[in-house]
Amino acid sequence: MLSFTIRRLLLAVPTLLFIALVIFSLLKLAPGDPMAQVPLTVPPEVKERMREALGLGQPNHIQFYKWMVQFFITEPQVIIDQMFGTTFAEGKQRVISWQTRSPVMDIIWQRMPQTLWVVGLSYVVAVIIAVPIGVYSAYRQYSWFDQIGTFISMIGFSVPTFFTGVLLIVIFSVLISPDSFFWLPSIYDTTLVVDSWENLGKQIRQMIMPVFVLALYSAAQISRFMRASMLDNLNQDYVRTARAKGLKERSVVLVHVLRNSMIPVVTVIALGVPNVFGGSLITEQIFKVNGIGQLLITAIQANDLPMVQTITFIFAILIVVFNLIADILYGILDPRIRYD
Amino acid sequence: MTDIAQKAKAPRNQWWDIWAQFRTHKGAMISLVIFFFILFGVAFGSLLWSIDPTFIDIRARNQGPSLTHPFGTDQLGRDTLARMIKGGQTSLAVGLVAMLIALFLGAFVGVVAGYFKRFDGPLMRLTDLFLALPLLPLLLVMVMLFRQPLSAAFGPETGIFILMVCAIGITSWMPTARIVRGDVLALKEREFILSARSIGTSNTKMITRHLLPNVMSPIMVSATLGIANAIITESALSFLGLGFPPDFPTWGRLLFDSVAFMQQYPERVMWPGVAISLTVLSVNYIGDGLRDALDPRIRGR
Repeated sequence: MLSFTIRRLLLAVPTLLFIALVIFSLLKLAPGDPMAQVPLTVPPEVKERMREALGLGQPNHIQFYKWMVQFFITEPQVIIDQMFGTTFAEGKQRVISWQTRSPVMDIIWQRMPQTLWVVGLSYVVAVIIAVPIGVYSAYRQYSWFDQIGTFISMIGFSVPTFFTGVLLIVIFSVLISPDSFFWLPSIYDTTLVVDSWENLGKQIRQMIMPVFVLALYSAAQISRFMRASMLDNLNQDYVRTARAKGLKERSVVLVHVLRNSMIPVVTVIALGVPNVFGGSLITEQIFKVNGIGQLLITAIQANDLPMVQTITFIFAILIVVFNLIADILYGILDPRIRYD
Repeated sequence: MTDIAQKAKAPRNQWWDIWAQFRTHKGAMISLVIFFFILFGVAFGSLLWSIDPTFIDIRARNQGPSLTHPFGTDQLGRDTLARMIKGGQTSLAVGLVAMLIALFLGAFVGVVAGYFKRFDGPLMRLTDLFLALPLLPLLLVMVMLFRQPLSAAFGPETGIFILMVCAIGITSWMPTARIVRGDVLALKEREFILSARSIGTSNTKMITRHLLPNVMSPIMVSATLGIANAIITESALSFLGLGFPPDFPTWGRLLFDSVAFMQQYPERVMWPGVAISLTVLSVNYIGDGLRDALDPRIRGR
């Protein structure tokens, strides 16, 4: 298992480098010019020097190398510096945003908490909802609960998040009057500091809709998997054996069958995490959460290539890391699957 | 003698069996009807409903549903029903063409990787790499980069159409490739392939005559999922404001436009949203029904 993990970790390095190369070369084709907004009165030789200051004067492979060094060496050093007060990264060039002229990673760290709260909480909610529903609808296959459950999960799976979000806003922010208890704010207020019970209430209210929208989408997928996996296991011989030796129905289903059915579901849950981050792109746009997704979209509209490049690469890292976690979890949970 | 001859039915095409099995799936049958209804409504709706979707009647702006405008009008007085029909044409066309591209790429990669051992490793590594790409951000970047040049080359509508279709197709062939490769690998070990090879069938004939017809069922199932995925992706891009230009409505674009007027005219977001959701829902149900119908273990039970 250990050697498998190490092998996978080593394999992840070229994968990430390749993805970085794809992103970098795609963005090299961009037609935009970061100097476009500099006034015309600035002489061309000064402009040329400004371009060089942005790191644009060098050949492409050197730019790529420098980006990688900045991303993988300088930025971790900055984090270490901030944590321990050391000076590893002092005077070193960081990835600079063309929009704000400040380091890209600083802005990303500012935006991270909002995204993590909304996305993380929604995924936890999704798993908590989806697993019991999946288990029960498989146990009572073709009952009315199962029929309704599969229908709702089909809807949650089919209706895109940008419509569920808008629909919820129409119902809870527009049609319900603002004085009512059930009214929910359609705009996420990031400046809200939770320092009193009242503000905690406000925070919960503004999180309900974005969390629910993302949770519905993920819960639909997870519960479908859970149901299918439970159905596979319920017909196995070991279930009959367990019943025959007189185990309680409760422990047959919730201990024997559930534990075996969770194996593929856990990996699906791990694989779904990057997707939820991708889905947050749209949800953040609907509810005006100023998280990573919203940052990426404004950066794309403003042609801020270093920002776009770095955020896209962070998404790619998420995918690679969670693929790795899923693979390793699969091996740990299921002793039949050992990769060596 | 005659008795036996009557009992032995005429040999039936297996597609009839599949159709018989498909018909037992109620949700799939209802969805098939709904999907064809949407398809025909969108394809021939502009013949029945002759208002020009770009006609601006500024005095009739922001109207609710009425007899002259069953779905109301937008902030410029354009008829929403006509725009929905026009938008549906674009959305469904993008969905279908993108699905065909993804299917072609996926089936090609899958068959080549499964049949030729030499290409298996590299092609599957390529598939893995593509699966590790963050698709939505990359799609956004691709649209941002290539919108200007393609609009300049082919005109705004065709240019964006080509861009959308290619971008979605290139980023969604991987699941098909994996499924097809798996099936081809399993088929390759079967006796009929061995006997075909023993009479000297060439590789091309082997693939087109013996392998492709046998991997049709997974390809068809991923085709339905592909349509749903392509429609959602196109709408999502339009919804983020990075899709078709405003003069060419698509369902996603209409939704994006009406979100700005959500406070005053909440019913306006419903039409495109319901259209997208209903289409995707019905396509997914058809896919479910097809999967059951094409599975010989379930069929005939």
